[in-house]
Amino acid sequence: MSAVAEPGARSDPTLETARLRYVLRLADTSLVLGQRLGEWVGHAPALEEDLGLANLALDLIGQARLLLGYAAELEGRGRDEDALAYLRDAPEFLNLTLAEQPNGDFADTVVRQWLIDAWQLEIYGGLAGSSDERLAAIAAKSLKETSYHYRFSSGWLTRLGDGTEESHARTQRSLATLWRFTGELFAPDEVDERMSAAGIAPALPEAGGRWQERIAADLRRATLQCPASHPYPWHGKRGVHTEHLGHLLAEMQHLQRTYPGARW
Amino acid sequence: MSETDWPLFEVFIRSRSGLEHKHVGSLHAADARMAVEHARDVYTRRQEGVSIWVVRSADIIASDPAEADSLFEPARDKVYRHPTFYAIPDEVKNL
Repeated sequence: MSAVAEPGARSDPTLETARLRYVLRLADTSLVLGQRLGEWVGHAPALEEDLGLANLALDLIGQARLLLGYAAELEGRGRDEDALAYLRDAPEFLNLTLAEQPNGDFADTVVRQWLIDAWQLEIYGGLAGSSDERLAAIAAKSLKETSYHYRFSSGWLTRLGDGTEESHARTQRSLATLWRFTGELFAPDEVDERMSAAGIAPALPEAGGRWQERIAADLRRATLQCPASHPYPWHGKRGVHTEHLGHLLAEMQHLQRTYPGARW
Repeated sequence: MSETDWPLFEVFIRSRSGLEHKHVGSLHAADARMAVEHARDVYTRRQEGVSIWVVRSADIIASDPAEADSLFEPARDKVYRHPTFYAIPDEVKNL
């Protein structure tokens, strides 16, 4: 089980700080994306898609719970998963900037989902062999869910891109809007480098190469063009967010902020 | 709602290995792959199945309810076709 129980095994405080931040990045990305997908409930283009999107959301929130529970233990300050989810402010959230982008139209949601699913496939795939057993176990479970999410989102990408003139144009436009947030996905900072050096996380440049190949193949199948624009290095995983995250958190945290400790 | 443009599919779920697929309902989908995904999302959320079949409803050839008399009535008075006149050994669990 978790090596937290072995004090001697984790004596390097800088490594432990990096580990906590790394786990929070994964957790917050799943949580924020799950919350976004939840916004579709009752509004999806068809009843079947409504259920499908809700299933994705629940998978992601389940991942976030496991990861936030682990983060809470690593932090060791008495906060639990709920406190981390509901009582942190936007600058403390370390999710990828892409995950917090608004749902937009269905094509925006599909493109955002597909880009992140392909990212999670690489990250969870690498983490399944992590030297951190707790992370490895969470990743192995999550990878099965992510494989289905990717099947769902890449299927829709092909259907929309290779569909009607309008669906093609809209999906191409979604790509143009969201592509600038992809620079962050595989750009390593000191936390990522520390994690991969310790054998905890996969090396991002190699994973990014595989991601690029997958994305390019999917785009070809969907008859879509890869945007030419160079992605800007956003810093959501450092707590620097677009304005959209604050609105999302206001809705997600409203109840616990208004009635602290409320239960049902 | 473009839902009505999507064809209807019938969904069959096998609840566990060794059992047969059973009809569980129907749904709309744009194509066969989406139909399997929808069936997974709509009908297997509570671990109901280990296998999914989907069939376009239009591809099912059904008996005509108006012909029910000629199709099914003749079997009504042939009670001897039921295997209820045999003594079944206790060892036989499933017959």
